[in-house]
Amino acid sequence: MSVAAEEVSWMDRNGLQRLIELLADEGHEVIGPRIDQGAIIYDSIRHVDELPRGWTEDSQPGTYRIQPRNDQEHFGFNVGPHSWKKYLFAPLTTVMRSRKTDQGWVMDSPQPELRRFAFLGVRACELAAIAVQDKVFMGAGTMDPEYQLRRSHLFIIAVQCTQAASTCFCTSMGTGPECHAGFDLALTEIEHGFLVVVGSDHGRRVMQSIDTRPASVDEITDGVRRRQRAVNQITRRLETDGIRDRLLSKLNHPQWDDVASRCLSCANCTMVCPTCFCHSVDEVHDLTNEEILRNRRWDSCFNVDFSHVAGGSVRDTTRSRYRQWLTHKLATWIDQFGSSGCVGCGRCITWCPVGIDLTHEVAMLCAEDAS
Amino acid sequence: MIKAMSKPKLAVVKFASCDGCQLTLLDAEDELLAIADAVHIAHFAEASSTLEPGPYDVTLVEGSITTQEDLERLLRLRADSRFLVTIGACATAGGVQALRNFADHDEFLKAVYAHPEYIHSLRTSTPISDHVPVDFELRGCPIDKHQLIEVLSSLIAGHRPRTSSECVCQPCKRRGTVCVVVAQGIACLGPVTQAGCGSICPAYDRGCYGCFGPSRQPNAMALSEGILQGASDRQQLANLLSNFNVAAPAFSAESQRLWQLSSRRSSK
Ligand code: SF4
Ligand code: SF4
Ligand code: SF4
Repeated sequence: MSVAAEEVSWMDRNGLQRLIELLADEGHEVIGPRIDQGAIIYDSIRHVDELPRGWTEDSQPGTYRIQPRNDQEHFGFNVGPHSWKKYLFAPLTTVMRSRKTDQGWVMDSPQPELRRFAFLGVRACELAAIAVQDKVFMGAGTMDPEYQLRRSHLFIIAVQCTQAASTCFCTSMGTGPECHAGFDLALTEIEHGFLVVVGSDHGRRVMQSIDTRPASVDEITDGVRRRQRAVNQITRRLETDGIRDRLLSKLNHPQWDDVASRCLSCANCTMVCPTCFCHSVDEVHDLTNEEILRNRRWDSCFNVDFSHVAGGSVRDTTRSRYRQWLTHKLATWIDQFGSSGCVGCGRCITWCPVGIDLTHEVAMLCAEDAS
Repeated sequence: MIKAMSKPKLAVVKFASCDGCQLTLLDAEDELLAIADAVHIAHFAEASSTLEPGPYDVTLVEGSITTQEDLERLLRLRADSRFLVTIGACATAGGVQALRNFADHDEFLKAVYAHPEYIHSLRTSTPISDHVPVDFELRGCPIDKHQLIEVLSSLIAGHRPRTSSECVCQPCKRRGTVCVVVAQGIACLGPVTQAGCGSICPAYDRGCYGCFGPSRQPNAMALSEGILQGASDRQQLANLLSNFNVAAPAFSAESQRLWQLSSRRSSK
């Protein structure tokens, strides 16, 4: 997408620092990329110095390493092990509480905790993933109060990808690499600064307090060139044409047995996936039986117990669980929510301890279709 | 259907073990008063020298069976216990002392004791469930305090304890730990180990040691084939599998396979 020169402004690194401070002053917890545990993760950010400046990452099926860059870019990487879902859809939360009192049992749902987040560095595939989870948690008839509260106070600073990882395939899923909408501000990092595009009134208001100037034609051209570099670097592909029907016609394909022999059913793919939303609700009581909490935790279709119904588990083999995951993600999700459940971020490929790659599995399942 | 019990009579009994799991009960300082209030602790040598005879409503059994006397004591204990709950890797899988199951018992005796003729131990160390019916198993080396309290409070309330059967990876991901296999190339048993510990080790840049034993439907061969290449790594993973749960079938099958592969390699 080409943007007219007057819509794009230029800001330097101090402007970015000012932006972080302004958002914090508004009561936002600013979350952004940071190096921790040998990876680029998402955590609270107070200062631009905390960003992984001069670092990048190498993502391959089953391996990930951070590496120094030969420049000083702040956002010269793609996506790591964390996704923003951990803030909007918390891994563990209490949804109900009952207490025994002299007047009998008192039940209440704890008020969802309002946390005003500002996400700094949201990529195009991640914007798409947030949109997918919006449909899950704020769709017709399913309103999750905590998700909705956090989502409606969310400020999003998108960052345009200027490079791509070997595991990225957003171009196949139609989700990236360029961010077009769904943000308050979008940044493209160029040499010595950032091109800023405003995406909302709130974004415009915040930018009014920051020193910027209109970007030059050369700077805008440089931004376009860098964004195109990301497109050019994407090599992984998933054929999505007719994928729903193609996958659902392969339910007895021998490839499911093949992948089941390699799959650990460990659920890492679903935990790192920015769209996977499955969870379980447990009731926990104390020794006196006078206080009972109902807790919600991230769960996964890869757990034997997850499909436990009266009489046993309906997906008692890794074959049936992997098949459930892949066909839900890429096929029946379309029936359920009107879009694919996959945004092409590649996390499940990188963070599978044994490097199982869904694009490869789909290619194997559908190999005969091509001929 | 389990019926709720008012003030059940509790016994804590040990066989071959280090006492660490029983100590988990004493370590539950914040809950100890509530426990003492909710159950009648009738037999707990670690805590009191007053040992009441059975029958008991709930018996927590620590340790594995390594002598004929212990086996006979276990049979009497089972007859005296309404609910028998095994606690820890020794009681549920045979413990680290089950390494003897894969070696020469007499050689071990000679190496350790000046007068091995006085020692009358069995050739194997076996879990309690090899000998008597067990009502519930609590895994771990040592067990987890919260799971122990869940077991006690569930039995008091009258329902099955709710302990998760997921693997260590999931709590690992919920707490935000970056996978050490993928980001650091460290061998980790998390994908084949039952959760319950809180996934502590990966949060400190260590692979999971498998303290809680095999998860449900573990695919241990896929783990070793998928994450490890080269003979030294095979040995490393075989060592990991040969810890506290060495005799758990899913772990022993894979460690034996890996040992054979690496000895075949080194003899070449
Ligand atoms: S595909 Fe990989 S990450 Fe997903 S459950 Fe299987 S082994 Fe685990
Ligand atoms: S399925 Fe994999 S590639 Fe697709 S959105 Fe989830 S983690 Fe990303
Ligand atoms: S570090 Fe270990 S437990 Fe955690 S996700 Fe990786 S393999 Fe699983």
